[in-house]
Amino acid sequence: MAAAAAAGPSPGSRPGDSPEGPEGEAPERRRKAHGMLKLYYGLSEGEAAGRPAGPDPLDPTDLNGAHFDPEVYLDKLRRECPLAQLMDSETDMVRQIRALDSDMQTLVYENYNKFISATDTIRKMKNDFRKMEDEMDRLATNMAVITDFSARISATLQDRHERITKLAGVHALLRKLQFLFELPSRLTKCVELGAYGQAVRYQGRAQAVLQQYQHLPSFRAIQDDCQVITARLAQQLRQRFREGGSGAPEQAECVELLLALGEPAEELCEEFLAHARGRLEEELRSLEAELGPSPPAPDVLEFTDHGGSGFVGGLCQVAAAYQELFAAQGPAGAERLAAFARELGSRYFALVERRLAQEQGGGDNSLLVRALDRFHRRLRAPGALLAAAGLSEAATEIVERVARERLGHHLQGLRAAFLGCLTDVRQALAAPRVAGKEGPGLAELLANVASSILSHIKASLAAVHLFTAKEVSFSNKPYFRGEFCSQGVREGLIVGFIRSMCQTAQSFCDSPGEKGGATPPALLLLLSRLCLDYETATISYILTLTDEQFLVQDQFPVTPVSTLCAEARETARRLLTHYVKVQGLVISQMLRKSVETRDWLSTLEPRNVRAVMKRVVEDTTAIDVQVGLLYEEGVRKAQSSDSSKRTFSVYSSSRQQGRYAPSYTPSAPMDTNLLSNIQKLFSERIDVFSPVEFNKVSVLTGIIKISLKTLLECVRLRTFGRFGLQQVQVDCHFLQLYLWRFVADEELVHLLLDEVVASAALRCPDPVPMEPSVVEVICERG
Amino acid sequence: MWPHRGISLQAPILPEKEGEIHIIDFDDENNIINKNVLLHQAGEIWHISASPADRGVLATCYNRTSDSKVLTCAAVWRMPKELESGSHESPDDSSSTAQTLELLCHLDNTAHSNMACVVWEPMGDGKKIISLADNHILLWDLQESSSQAVLASSASLGGKGQLKFTSGRWSPHHNCTQVATANDTTLRGWDTRSMSQIYCIENAHGQLVRDLDFNPNKQYYLASCGDDCKVKFWDTRNVTEPVKTLEEHSHWVWNVRYNHSHDQLVLTGSSDSRVILSNMVSISSEPFGHLVDDDDISDQEDHRSEEKSKEPLQDNVIATYEEHEDSVYAVDWSSADPWLFASLSYDGRLVINRVPRALKYHILL
Repeated sequence: MAAAAAAGPSPGSRPGDSPEGPEGEAPERRRKAHGMLKLYYGLSEGEAAGRPAGPDPLDPTDLNGAHFDPEVYLDKLRRECPLAQLMDSETDMVRQIRALDSDMQTLVYENYNKFISATDTIRKMKNDFRKMEDEMDRLATNMAVITDFSARISATLQDRHERITKLAGVHALLRKLQFLFELPSRLTKCVELGAYGQAVRYQGRAQAVLQQYQHLPSFRAIQDDCQVITARLAQQLRQRFREGGSGAPEQAECVELLLALGEPAEELCEEFLAHARGRLEEELRSLEAELGPSPPAPDVLEFTDHGGSGFVGGLCQVAAAYQELFAAQGPAGAERLAAFARELGSRYFALVERRLAQEQGGGDNSLLVRALDRFHRRLRAPGALLAAAGLSEAATEIVERVARERLGHHLQGLRAAFLGCLTDVRQALAAPRVAGKEGPGLAELLANVASSILSHIKASLAAVHLFTAKEVSFSNKPYFRGEFCSQGVREGLIVGFIRSMCQTAQSFCDSPGEKGGATPPALLLLLSRLCLDYETATISYILTLTDEQFLVQDQFPVTPVSTLCAEARETARRLLTHYVKVQGLVISQMLRKSVETRDWLSTLEPRNVRAVMKRVVEDTTAIDVQVGLLYEEGVRKAQSSDSSKRTFSVYSSSRQQGRYAPSYTPSAPMDTNLLSNIQKLFSERIDVFSPVEFNKVSVLTGIIKISLKTLLECVRLRTFGRFGLQQVQVDCHFLQLYLWRFVADEELVHLLLDEVVASAALRCPDPVPMEPSVVEVICERG
Repeated sequence: MWPHRGISLQAPILPEKEGEIHIIDFDDENNIINKNVLLHQAGEIWHISASPADRGVLATCYNRTSDSKVLTCAAVWRMPKELESGSHESPDDSSSTAQTLELLCHLDNTAHSNMACVVWEPMGDGKKIISLADNHILLWDLQESSSQAVLASSASLGGKGQLKFTSGRWSPHHNCTQVATANDTTLRGWDTRSMSQIYCIENAHGQLVRDLDFNPNKQYYLASCGDDCKVKFWDTRNVTEPVKTLEEHSHWVWNVRYNHSHDQLVLTGSSDSRVILSNMVSISSEPFGHLVDDDDISDQEDHRSEEKSKEPLQDNVIATYEEHEDSVYAVDWSSADPWLFASLSYDGRLVINRVPRALKYHILL
């Protein structure tokens, strides 16, 4: 009350007729309702109003708070504030109230129209609803009437409906029966028309019913009829099936129908396979005809194509149809199919192998590889279909075998090429000798041979490489990836060829001892150089090439390069040694004849060097030139510059006396031995037929050693007259003049020649040597 | 070659008109070498061969130089008695005063010049002797205690060129009816009864065949050697291939000799101045090891045979003797002691060697 009184003066001054109390309390209530809404929505009042959060919402002194208590507020104001402030707050409050009032008035004005229209609408609605209610009531009564009628009608129709249903059932049954009774004629008609599929379907449909009611005589008759017709149908189907000719799909259809007719699957299966066999055998026969010896066989690619499309395609079809038709047969059926495929497959393989064998003779490798590829590719399909038959494995095996044979063939080819080269070289060596003395260009020949062999090897490698080409279907088989590369190509082909080359070359050394052998020495020399070149470079080159091309894996042990090189070197060494022996023998024979055929006792005083010695020197020079074409010079022992001037130490009289002294006294022979032995103690033992080094000097040293040793031995077997001895002396001096330059150690020539002259002197009953000066004069003249 | 004791070797190349024969006694126990010199006045000796029946009798081929012509003749000689008995009471005497051989008979060669070789029948009574002259093979009958030689039969080689026999041996088998000869590169076998060729090994060696010898225990086996530095062993029943080939020498092989009793031991001499003693077990008459059948007799036997089979002897070179400084022209086994052999070289050095003791016991035991 006090508050109202206190506030009284301010609202009292406001114009308007609305009572103060409710006016003053209205915003308050509204505010209260606001607050409760806000509370409901969980907004703190302070926040919502943006006021300082300080005042407690429950503070009764808060004007805007929910729990505002005017009494408390007034008390508080009155107690706390001075008058001025009270006045201020009073005016402030009055101003606020006014503002609020005006606000409220505007709101009321604003919403007034809306209220009015809403009221109108509500009133209208009220009217409408009342009308609707009436209509609804009418509808309800109508519906009740309809329901009543409907119930009456259905009650009346009930009986008839039941009869109709029954009649419909009878109708269906009758139709079925009619179908049954008509079945035999239908079947006949179908059979006549050849619509076997339709017939089989009918039969299938009727079968069960007939089976069920077969105890009724009429049905029994129908069934019998049907069976007869079905039998005929089956008969016809079989007939058609047997006649074949109509191709695999139709046959498959026949079989399918027969199966549906309940024919025994086992038997059908047999028959089916027998039939398929017939057709496939036809294919095989046509293939065989292509193979036939008389008509020119088509190329192998064509052949495998035929085989692939004809036989393998047929087999595929058969297998697919079989698997589809007789899937129910289980493993036994699959086994039968596998056996079938295996048998026919093996025959096919036999044919293919025969054809491939014809191809082995030579021909084009790429064509062969393509044919094999196709063959293999074609067989992969049935391989997948009939894993059990192992056709794919067998095919791979065939391909592998062919590849192996191919390798063998190439090896043969390489060998033949090598032998061909050798023949060419022989001819080349033989030809110019007839034409004239012009040198046969050994180095050139060697280069020719080497390059020709190398190109052959490369060609073979390239040809064989086709087998491992990426696009070829069998190249990723383990055999072609591993064994083929390492064992087949590297070991079998390349290493095998190099070995056989060495063997061929060595066989020239072993040729049973016809004098000089059938092989021209130049060929020996050339081969030796060839082998040496192989040892130094070519082998490693070829093997690297092979390894690169074929990516040989390490799982197989392969011959290392060093072993092959060692073999080649050994061959080269043997060949060269043999060359030395042969050439040495040629000269030895010359010397030997010259010593053995001459009568040394009654010879005249020497005037000339014997022609044979000149010949020996000439030949040695020729050999020197020949060897020089292929081999390097080699090292010599350093000697004094002009050793040709050296005189024979043998003639020193003291030694002569010692050696030739005829004596029966025990002391004299002692001296002889002593002297000669002392001399020999200081010279090294000469190995006459010793292995040679790979250079010219060593080769010639070997040849000269052999020749001179022969001369020595021959001289020892003869008896010489005085002039005979002198002739030997002249000859030896001549040899010494010309031979020293060829050998590594000229001391060797001196030693041997000294020995020859000494032996001749020993074999002479009247040893009077010629004056060295005279010897020299004769030699210089001759 | 001397029966009963010692060794004799031809000293082929002596520069005298008169040859000499050195008889060397080797006393094994005392290791004493005793030398006797016999003069051979007819000429230098190229080949020598002792009678198997009479140890005082020997045959030689020698060179006779007359009118600046060299003629090779053959003759049969008898040694002085005191040497024949083999006594060497006064070695100094015999070596200082050379004794002379007594000529028994000439193998008359007026028709055929150049005797290359004389060979006695190895088992007989010393009545038959074969000489090879150029391309003829002559069978002589010695009559009246070797004082007369009668040409019993002969055969000759036909063919192109100058064919010359280089060497010959009388086979000790087949009742001494076979002789083998060498000419150039060919080996031939002859039947002395018909004087016809039995077999012929063409190109037995690459070059000249120098010498040959029969295996004393295996009747078809024959060894040959030649200028191709090889020693080859032949089975005369199969002449296309040698049974075995040795290539140890580095120059012409001049001599090959089987040991008289242990035929696996083969001796070769060569002009590379080496003598090589080889052990050819695989083709010898002595079996090596036990046969397999013996194995299952008993365990002990098993053990023994195992031990033996562990070390089957391989064909190998037993030893290479390099004492000679010059070409070795002659090697031979002692006829008295099977473990003793001698070799002679150009420089006149005679070397006597023994088979290594280890090998000897291995063979014997």
